[in-house]
Amino acid sequence: MQRIGVFVCHCGSNIAATVDVNKVVEVIKAEPGVVHAEDYQYMCSEAGQEKIAGAIKEHGLTGIVVCSCSPRMHEGTFRKCAEKAGINPYMVEIANIREQCSWIHKDIEEATKKAVILARAAVAKVNLNTPLKPGESRVTKRALVIGGGIAGIQTALDIADAGYEVDIVEKTPSIGGRMSQLDKTFPTLDCSACILTPKMVDASAHEKINIYTYSEVEKVSGFVGDFTVDIRKKARYVDMTKCTGCGVCQEKCPSKKGLSEFNRGLNKRSAIYTPFAQAIPNVPVIDTDQCIKMKTGKCGLCEKVCQAGAIDYTQKDEIISEKYGAIVVATGFDIIKLDQYDEYAYSQSKDVITSLELERIMNAAGPTKGHLERLSDGKSPKNIVFIQCVGSRCSDNRGKSYCSKICCMYTAKHAMLIRDKYPDVNVTVFYIDVRTPGKNFDEFYRRAVEEYGVNYIKGQVGKVAPQPDGQLMVHGVDLIDNKQIKMEADMVVLAAAIEPESSVRKLATMLTASIDTNNFLTEAHPKLRPVESPTAGVFLSGVSQGPKDIPETVAQAGAAAIKVVGLLAKDKLLTNPCTAHSDELLCNGCSTCANVCPYGAISYEDKQVNDHGIRETRRVAVVNTALCQGCGACTVACPSGAMDLQGFSNRQIIAEVDAICR
Amino acid sequence: METSFKSAELIREISGVNPYKCMKCGKCSASCPSYNEMDIKPHQFVSYVLNEDIESLVNSKSLWKCLSCFACVERCPRDVKPGKLIDAARQVVVRQKDQDYLSPNEIPELLDPDMPQQLLVSAFRKYRR
Amino acid sequence: MKYSYYSGCTLRTKAKDLDAYARASAKALGFELEEIENWQCCGGVYPLGSDEIATKLSSVRALNEAKEKGQELVTLCSACHHVIKRVNDDMKNVEDIRTRANNYMKLEEPYAGETTVLHFLEVLRDRVGFDKLKEKVVNPLKGKKIGAYYGCLLLRPGKVLEFDNPENPKIMEDFIRAIGAEPVIYPYRNECCGGHIALKEKEMAGNMSDNIMNSAEGFGADMLITACPLCLYNMNKNSKSELPVYYFTELLAEALGVKEEVAK
Repeated sequence: MQRIGVFVCHCGSNIAATVDVNKVVEVIKAEPGVVHAEDYQYMCSEAGQEKIAGAIKEHGLTGIVVCSCSPRMHEGTFRKCAEKAGINPYMVEIANIREQCSWIHKDIEEATKKAVILARAAVAKVNLNTPLKPGESRVTKRALVIGGGIAGIQTALDIADAGYEVDIVEKTPSIGGRMSQLDKTFPTLDCSACILTPKMVDASAHEKINIYTYSEVEKVSGFVGDFTVDIRKKARYVDMTKCTGCGVCQEKCPSKKGLSEFNRGLNKRSAIYTPFAQAIPNVPVIDTDQCIKMKTGKCGLCEKVCQAGAIDYTQKDEIISEKYGAIVVATGFDIIKLDQYDEYAYSQSKDVITSLELERIMNAAGPTKGHLERLSDGKSPKNIVFIQCVGSRCSDNRGKSYCSKICCMYTAKHAMLIRDKYPDVNVTVFYIDVRTPGKNFDEFYRRAVEEYGVNYIKGQVGKVAPQPDGQLMVHGVDLIDNKQIKMEADMVVLAAAIEPESSVRKLATMLTASIDTNNFLTEAHPKLRPVESPTAGVFLSGVSQGPKDIPETVAQAGAAAIKVVGLLAKDKLLTNPCTAHSDELLCNGCSTCANVCPYGAISYEDKQVNDHGIRETRRVAVVNTALCQGCGACTVACPSGAMDLQGFSNRQIIAEVDAICR
Repeated sequence: METSFKSAELIREISGVNPYKCMKCGKCSASCPSYNEMDIKPHQFVSYVLNEDIESLVNSKSLWKCLSCFACVERCPRDVKPGKLIDAARQVVVRQKDQDYLSPNEIPELLDPDMPQQLLVSAFRKYRR
Repeated sequence: MKYSYYSGCTLRTKAKDLDAYARASAKALGFELEEIENWQCCGGVYPLGSDEIATKLSSVRALNEAKEKGQELVTLCSACHHVIKRVNDDMKNVEDIRTRANNYMKLEEPYAGETTVLHFLEVLRDRVGFDKLKEKVVNPLKGKKIGAYYGCLLLRPGKVLEFDNPENPKIMEDFIRAIGAEPVIYPYRNECCGGHIALKEKEMAGNMSDNIMNSAEGFGADMLITACPLCLYNMNKNSKSELPVYYFTELLAEALGVKEEVAK
């Protein structure tokens, strides 16, 4: 028989105001197995814990029940306390008499009755508890970062600087991400490429960082500390070990019909291409849809002119398999498709563009060499209109419900830069609110208005109507002056909503990482654990977790890195001992358990079994205790009762039910 | 007229609109073809209902200038349907006695032989009980 | 292929030639329009109030008759289409309206939105097919630059009418191409022309029509086509623009070579 101590917490007035704690102590003292019971104001405090430790020693307790708040709060606290006092931490049970009792009842008598019942059930369970020892699993000291934008690069650099090996997997031909497509960044107006490329170079030069570009994650298995990931290295058709990055192949390539993804489709590129001049690695890839040789067998010019003999048309995709201890998701974002917003005439006029397209136009390496001109006729615009919140903050079915966060700032930046470079151009911004929450952000926006004369109009735009003469008629409203505005513009820029990168849902499924309805990866706790996924070993960095600007991305990238380092610094991880276990004498190998296990933790093996003198080989279930999360689905599904859960055995659950029904 | 509160309730019920969803962006007003003829503008309808100033709404010209073209309903990013709100206010007026905007006596003057029937029918449906 | 047909008041009286063109074209394309017996005027405006029932009943009667015949209901006038389709949507999705309407009507079997409502243009696009239409055209309107005027009632609210993309539709432009002409795209083709207030506020309606027609003209249109007799009247009568406006069935009949038959 166990020697059980019951400790009832007042939790200030949270419990004590609705539950008569003294009565609970009195009644529970009479339960079989209970040798000591007491109450205290705050059991989780140092003083409270000392009481528990003292009682364990004084009464020789072998198991304890704490009647308090939800085990989510302090189960860990009391387990540590018990362990310090000398008993196995799994001989501790929590009866939740707060969230499940005092917080939801008003009647003291009823609440006290329920608290007693819950305490009884916990005592009945502890009576059958056995000491459990957590298992150990190894930690592979290597991290995987999925996504090579500023978030991925920064995370990788921080992990590598701490001394650990990191692999970056990036699906486009070069690292750099969205930041490489920007011209200048707010609020400092730094040239984006100038601050990004040093980091890109650091990442590629770092001895502990390994970069796989033009590659994607194909399969993930395993668990925290011991992931196995298959990475598909797509065929570049260029030998990376030989290519010198001279660029002659791109110059000579006769197929120039492909749309440049880097320039958002605003100009063309050759079939063999690097996305931008500072690409890392500076090795081109061949777009097989545009390549004449790949499609017809004719041409092969690039192979002829390549001095290094690096072109290899026979290259195939390669799949490599690597082991990692931690995975960081840094997949970034894209702009939404505007096919639901035809009132802005985006698909009808070349002069209606998105803000990212404007970035490319204003950038010296872009489709117009940095000259601000209309895409329809190349003329310089005289009147530019910016429309905010296109597809954000919507509760209809067309757009996203959230605010995309970065648009107010980048529009102020665009407006200011245009007014600075072309003072005779009129710039108007139609806004609903101007959101500038960061450091020096509001001052930045006010400079645009007060020093640079950008015309901010509070009110939205209903329609953009292309006119026969090539101008655009903007139908907006000024809510302050209460007037409808019909103004002519030669260029309209839409601040369209951002959304997570399209392939993220597939990736989240592979990682079993939580994802919300907007496709942003969910964090373990929205306030206190912003860079960890609820799935152990998976961490979040950058816009994949939620809209944010560059300063916040870099900060979050560092946070994710330190969490990874904290994990990799361990030599082994303790695994949850409350795992499933199959009684091989009862198991008939029916596979029902394996089919319901959400973690793929159950497999089968042929085992020699000695069943009451009969020796035979049977197919029995085997549980991988490192993968098993103790959900119990298999124990319910098992038709023969062979599956049982340590710490939550069938006998224990029945004992709890019996105690409740008494 | 009924008291302000009852009218606001009534208008909300008839229209089925939740006025709290409005984020005061003004896209409805920007899209309205009758904006210049109205005294209370589309983006203000919601405010008036929330403040329960139904007296002003039912006496406004806007009720009769709205064409029910649904441009505001289609484009509102918050799915507020301001057009339904103004129509409900029109209903409230028209259901009162002697509050019709159009009387049969006016017709002969306005009539023109090419007018399709549907013009007369819709006018009567909208402007009279 | 037979369809139940709801013509509406105007198309049977002041504009009956437009209805005749539609029937003749239907015959030439191989489908038949069976007029609903005892149809009643739809009212011209869709009753928006959630407590209005009586004004919706004439539509429900027409819909029910089509259901009893097991046919789809075809409309020709934008206004009738708008009213009937929206009432149908209410009968399908709004329990309150469905129950009360059925209580009023005491039909043999309660009506719950089973009938499909199609505009004549949708029949051309989805049942006949524009390529088939093109084959049957004997008199292509070559060289004509035609602007399509949709108006507001056909397209909005998009979620209920599901006619086409409300901000960038193409069904009428496809129709224009099928009859051999060149469609002209201009931005105000889905803006309201002010038809409903043409009785009391001729000037306002005129201004609104002007905007639309001037825009079409600016983009090179020789003429406009429309699917609403009210828009037709309003734009022809109240607008200062000289651009001719036709009803689409008239041009359809011309293209199919059946216009003269009707004129007889």
